Amino acid sequence: MKPMARIASAEDNVSLEAPVDDSALRPTPVIQLEKVTITYGRGENAVRALSETTLDIAKGDFVALVGPSGCGKSTILKLVSNLIRPSTGHIFVGGREAGAEKVGIGMAFQNPTMLPWLTIRDNIMLPLKIVEPYRSSYAAKKKTEYRDKAEALLEKVGLKGFGDKFPWQLSGGMLQRSNLCRALIHEPALLLLDEPFGALDQFTREELWDILQKLWMDHRPTVLLVTHDLRESAYLATRICVMSARPGRVIADEQVPFARPRTLDMTYEPAFVTLTQKLRSLIVDARAAA
Amino acid sequence: MFSETTTQKLKSAGLIVLFFVIWEVACIVFGVKEIILPRPTVIMAAMIEYFPGIRPHLIQTLYTTMVGFGLGVIIGVALGLLIGTSKVAYDTAYPLLVGFSSIPKVAVVPIFVLWFGAGTTPAILTSMVICVFPIVVNVATGLATTEPELEDVLKALGASRWDVLWNVSLPRAMPYFFASLKVAITLAFVGTVLSETVASNRGIGNLMMIASSNFNVPLVFAGLFLLAFLGVGLYVIFSLIERRVAGWAMRKTDLAVA
Repeated sequence: MKPMARIASAEDNVSLEAPVDDSALRPTPVIQLEKVTITYGRGENAVRALSETTLDIAKGDFVALVGPSGCGKSTILKLVSNLIRPSTGHIFVGGREAGAEKVGIGMAFQNPTMLPWLTIRDNIMLPLKIVEPYRSSYAAKKKTEYRDKAEALLEKVGLKGFGDKFPWQLSGGMLQRSNLCRALIHEPALLLLDEPFGALDQFTREELWDILQKLWMDHRPTVLLVTHDLRESAYLATRICVMSARPGRVIADEQVPFARPRTLDMTYEPAFVTLTQKLRSLIVDARAAA
Repeated sequence: MFSETTTQKLKSAGLIVLFFVIWEVACIVFGVKEIILPRPTVIMAAMIEYFPGIRPHLIQTLYTTMVGFGLGVIIGVALGLLIGTSKVAYDTAYPLLVGFSSIPKVAVVPIFVLWFGAGTTPAILTSMVICVFPIVVNVATGLATTEPELEDVLKALGASRWDVLWNVSLPRAMPYFFASLKVAITLAFVGTVLSETVASNRGIGNLMMIASSNFNVPLVFAGLFLLAFLGVGLYVIFSLIERRVAGWAMRKTDLAVA
């Protein structure tokens, strides 16, 4: 096993020290939440799901959101993808207000949501049918270039030869792999993952961590991952944001210094365990405070 | 000797034939008079004997039914889309539709005759009106029950409402739509024959009225048989289309994934 000291290499350009003010050096954040709140209902029945949340995410970063259940983690993803709108505050994606223009967003939920009437390949190619610049040439290229693109991705996640199968012919783990392919096929600059491996068994989950890490290292999209699994967050993310209990807000912001590619062995090393324990106690405290 | 499915189909065919054999034998054994219940062979003989006379009526009924059914499908789908995608339309149109469908269609025929005169038009309208309801209800249900998660997949990509409808909601509603078509096509015949019986001088309904007033019972039954054949034929056609378009929803049967 490698010593953890080596893992925090200079190449990663991150440190465990207290954050210094380097805002001038940082690239413009690709996602900005500015004093965003969400309130459901009105008057006396109003429930605040998200208290004033401010969060900047840099381009190419892999950010994990962890926190007690119901703290509004998924709500943040829905806000960024413009599926819901904030009650107050602003969300900027790529410098523009969310929803102002179509941005390349890939999204995957805990439920694989493959359309049952399409083959796996057609399911994966669905974003190409919707998103420009692929959309306008979809009819012309769906049997050649786009098809090859889908096949290449399927091969990367270990599903070569399954393109012609229908969703019900695949296992849960295979569907979740396809789900990742669909989220990535249009080469989105931004990948939003809502507990994508939550419903899988431990071994399949760890296998998919590795696949996701490889995909991220190859394509370097900005990733926002919502998860309950602290090992998962520490294994995959470069930065972990801990949220408080409902109404949620970010209460801690941890950099994850371990070098990539990370391996499963690393997750049992002291530095890794210390980090996950720290996250755990933060969440336990947040739950107790609620 | 045969594959399992072929054996299954042969068995089913055998049972259907057996039904008619029992009918035939029962009529002979119990001495049932032709004027009460003719034997299948007599009915078939009547059908062949009168066929030149029956043919124009048959074409008339088929034509009327298909036009009425076609209009019913167009209106049914349009209304179903409206009701299934809009909450306001759902709340206002549904009670109206249920109320209208509860009216016995026999009661509507005289009104159509009053407006358009006897003949083809009221028959088309009756058959249309009778088959709209199941189509509307099913299309609307199919659209309204689309899982929001399926829609979110596309919405997150910035898809328009039209994209979502075309790529998710409509394919998702296809099994519902075809289920309703099978109900609607049989109902369309009911509508046509009903109207022909009340107010027309053409069509199988009219033919059966005349035959029964002449006590030509085998001819009455020949008319019934023809209607049944037409109904089964069209049902089969829609089943075949359904298998191609919405086969994904039927993977439990051997119809799946051809």
